[in-house]
Amino acid sequence: MTGSWDVVIVGAGIVGAACAFECVSRGMRTAVVEANGIGGGATAAGMGHIVVMDDSSAQLALTHYSQTLWQQVSAVLPANVEYEQCGTLWVATDDEEMQEVHRKREVYAAAGVATEILDGRMLADTEPQLRRPLAGALLVPSDAVLYPPCAAGYLMAEARRHGAQFYRRKVRSAHSGKVRLDDGTQLHSKRIVIASGADACELVAGLPIKKRKGHLVITDRYPGFVRHQLVELGYLKSAHSSTADSVAFNVQPRKTGQLLIGSSRQYGAEDAAANQHTVAAMTARAQWYLPKIGELSAIRVWTGFRAATPDKLPLIGHWPEDDSLFLATGHEGLGITTSLGTARILVDTLEGAEPSIPGAPYLPGRFAGSVVRA
Amino acid sequence: MPEPASLHLLVNDVPITVSRGTTVASAILIAGIPTRQSVSGEARGPLCGMGICFECRATIDGVRHQRSCQVLCAEEMEVRTS
Repeated sequence: MTGSWDVVIVGAGIVGAACAFECVSRGMRTAVVEANGIGGGATAAGMGHIVVMDDSSAQLALTHYSQTLWQQVSAVLPANVEYEQCGTLWVATDDEEMQEVHRKREVYAAAGVATEILDGRMLADTEPQLRRPLAGALLVPSDAVLYPPCAAGYLMAEARRHGAQFYRRKVRSAHSGKVRLDDGTQLHSKRIVIASGADACELVAGLPIKKRKGHLVITDRYPGFVRHQLVELGYLKSAHSSTADSVAFNVQPRKTGQLLIGSSRQYGAEDAAANQHTVAAMTARAQWYLPKIGELSAIRVWTGFRAATPDKLPLIGHWPEDDSLFLATGHEGLGITTSLGTARILVDTLEGAEPSIPGAPYLPGRFAGSVVRA
Repeated sequence: MPEPASLHLLVNDVPITVSRGTTVASAILIAGIPTRQSVSGEARGPLCGMGICFECRATIDGVRHQRSCQVLCAEEMEVRTS
């Protein structure tokens, strides 16, 4: 059995689903292959924070662009996607971190992202469960949260409703215009999009992607315990580090009243089992910021693997080693946010059009020459 | 001096008298109300009675999501069901 397609997408996490949605909306005959169901993998493991980040100007451009796209689609998202624009509070513990609040505000303002500065008293009024005293916080009201598996499910359902074909199969190989599935099916296309997160390394040799393990804890329902996504400004220090294992305070209120408690980052940990030491460090960090969080019941702990690149930017576009291969992976912890922007940029590229934001910083070819050959 | 055999507590503001050693789940049953509502709004009550099923969760003295089958009644305790 064979088939010829305008595009074949490998992976139906949030990024693959967004790419499929975008391809069919532009009239492309689209096939999607995914062995583990829609919205699994890192998509199911992540928090679902639609967040503007300013690690670099390219990251700021992509997260801001993508957040705008989420806002545009938010009105039609089904209730089970649990989209809620709760805003993010970047919490500053001392004067040094308060300086970072002011720096961040200026960077966001220059990019057209509205923010508000809260002093310690305003922060205590806004989030009474936070420890006192704290220096203050930067509020980013446009940030939102959603439930990623259902968001991916919605995007794929829309793509299929408009003609995308879904294959729930494992991909054996994908190169030279052919995608071979584990049941012998061959899908032919001049454009193969690899959107399988860290697993992309199994199909494409030499990708500059490493797995970065994360842990999350979820609590029972405690509506109103916190109202914003709360992230420590020290998060920047730990998330930026490319080597050390780290934990950072990052707590998200879900629409259900549950709290997601993160976060951790570990390289070189391939074992999916939850590590008690990491979970303990993570929850202790959360308890330092939210002293009463220890009184809540946690009901589950799980792990996931982010697809991390050396420069913290995703790989979007043509892979120079194969004329037919295009990448949409390497989003590390920002795949939920940047999925919609990634899809737009990628499909613009496929069509030879100029993307709405410059795509050059995300082109996989930036690593050409440093490709490691097996 | 022996402790009194009876205890008095409030279940959703209703006074209930129970024997010492009674679990909160039993007190809620005596009050004749469900322990909780499921997410979809169905009435729930104790199923396993041994702390496994979590169907008997109630707010006890302000602490939410307590497994009421694992907590003994105390004098002047305040119990609230969802």
